[in-house]
Amino acid sequence: MDLFIEQTVSGLASGAIYACLALAVVMIYQAIDHFNFAQGEMAMFSTYIAWYLMDDAGLGLPFWIAFVVCIIVSFIGGAAIERIVFAPISDAPVLSHIIVFIALFSMFNSLAGFLFDFTPKQFETPFGHTALIDGVISAHRAGMVAVTLIMLAMIYAFFRYTPIGLAMRAAAAAPESARLVGIRVGFMLALGWGLAAAVGSVAGMLIAPITFLTPDMMLGTLLYGFAGAVVGGLTSPLGAVLGGFLVGILENWMGTFVVGSQLKLTVALVLIIVVLLVKPAGLLGRVVVKRV
Amino acid sequence: MALLEIKGLKAYYGQIEALHGFDMELEEGEITAVLGANGAGKTTTLRAICGMVKTGGSITVEGENVIGMSTEAIVARHKIAHVPEGRGTFVRVSTEENLRLGAFTRRDKEIEKDYERVYHYFPRLKERRNQQAGTLSGGEQQMLAVGRALMLRPRIMLLDEPSFGLAPIITEELFKILGRINKDEGVSMLVVEQNANLALAISKDAYLLETGNVAMTGPADKIMDDEQVRKSYLGY
Repeated sequence: MDLFIEQTVSGLASGAIYACLALAVVMIYQAIDHFNFAQGEMAMFSTYIAWYLMDDAGLGLPFWIAFVVCIIVSFIGGAAIERIVFAPISDAPVLSHIIVFIALFSMFNSLAGFLFDFTPKQFETPFGHTALIDGVISAHRAGMVAVTLIMLAMIYAFFRYTPIGLAMRAAAAAPESARLVGIRVGFMLALGWGLAAAVGSVAGMLIAPITFLTPDMMLGTLLYGFAGAVVGGLTSPLGAVLGGFLVGILENWMGTFVVGSQLKLTVALVLIIVVLLVKPAGLLGRVVVKRV
Repeated sequence: MALLEIKGLKAYYGQIEALHGFDMELEEGEITAVLGANGAGKTTTLRAICGMVKTGGSITVEGENVIGMSTEAIVARHKIAHVPEGRGTFVRVSTEENLRLGAFTRRDKEIEKDYERVYHYFPRLKERRNQQAGTLSGGEQQMLAVGRALMLRPRIMLLDEPSFGLAPIITEELFKILGRINKDEGVSMLVVEQNANLALAISKDAYLLETGNVAMTGPADKIMDDEQVRKSYLGY
């Protein structure tokens, strides 16, 4: 029983990371209708920026200052990628977008290795690694869940209750109508990319203390994030978050009690396929009703 | 000087010239009908005014050239509300959020108050205020589209086939309300319609488009009495 609780709680903790990535993925998906395969690598690169800001060989800033600066830099970077790379090809076919995603993926991956080398780096955590509640969860993992939940609440409030959040949703869903009510659609898209990159950077900074910082640290994680997004429903940010947590827990249960840790990643892939086959809209995804 | 003045208007889709250089005017406070068959260039004319197609010639609003301006800038600066073909509903958000989006470019404090103004014209929308807009009926969505346009506090409304896909009784009601909005709010309107009778009934002037040119223009009642127009467009 102890093992069960332990695995559940630790699943929640990794689920927090998957939830962040799933949210980032869904935000881009809502805006342009495609998965951003480079989301994980962008997050990884952001984490290197944070590392550089903190490390004594870099700028040596305290954690929380580096945390905030990294979020801002990632936001600007994400928006810039949309403006420079994706705005010019907005009318291009899906395949062009996919190719650019893959290009970004390998660019960020090799650039990180080139700039910061491939040896795994330790990444600081402000929470420490002491065990909490009888060794069920470490302080860092608890902090990870807390930070994620706070951030998700902020994102939710932004989209739900601010005019600019509403305008972003409108611009993504119906760009032409959005322009007709005076919304600058390109600006909103850039904003969406910026936000997604910022959310991704938080995921990266939270997971790096556990996985160590390497250019490949996000490979598996992104897959879980995708699984979370698909399970929750690609049209529902809230679903993505829920899906992320679910995948985290399921991954740990399956890994510990059923298939063994070797096949953990397979669980995510199987989950994607099963959900797409059985309930393509996901748990909370809306089948949009449209009358003509 | 007319509120909206169009001179030598041309419009292009790629290499194809869809409008061949005609003049059109909309006077302050009036309703002008734009009639014509499918493919005559009615929708393209409205899209040209909003900067949504490649355009030549000149279009001035209150004496200011708008060609070359972005759609967003034209909407915000000249208060032109375009009710597009197919209504342009934001289907995933609620009715009231659709209205809120209509007021996106406004920065004043009276937006909340204007919801009631819209509900005064379209009480049905109030009943549906929290409902996902995609689930509204066709008629309700058309009302929502006009309501959303009203939220801009527009000077000019461009209406693209408001009767499309609606039952006759609902269409009639809608045109009555459009007439009231024109009088009470002083909104000038350019109405594109296939249902010529209805459009002519509330309009002062009318234009008849044929394959990208103005075939005939004049006061609405004269156009309605014209034998050829009656045969081709009014069906009696």
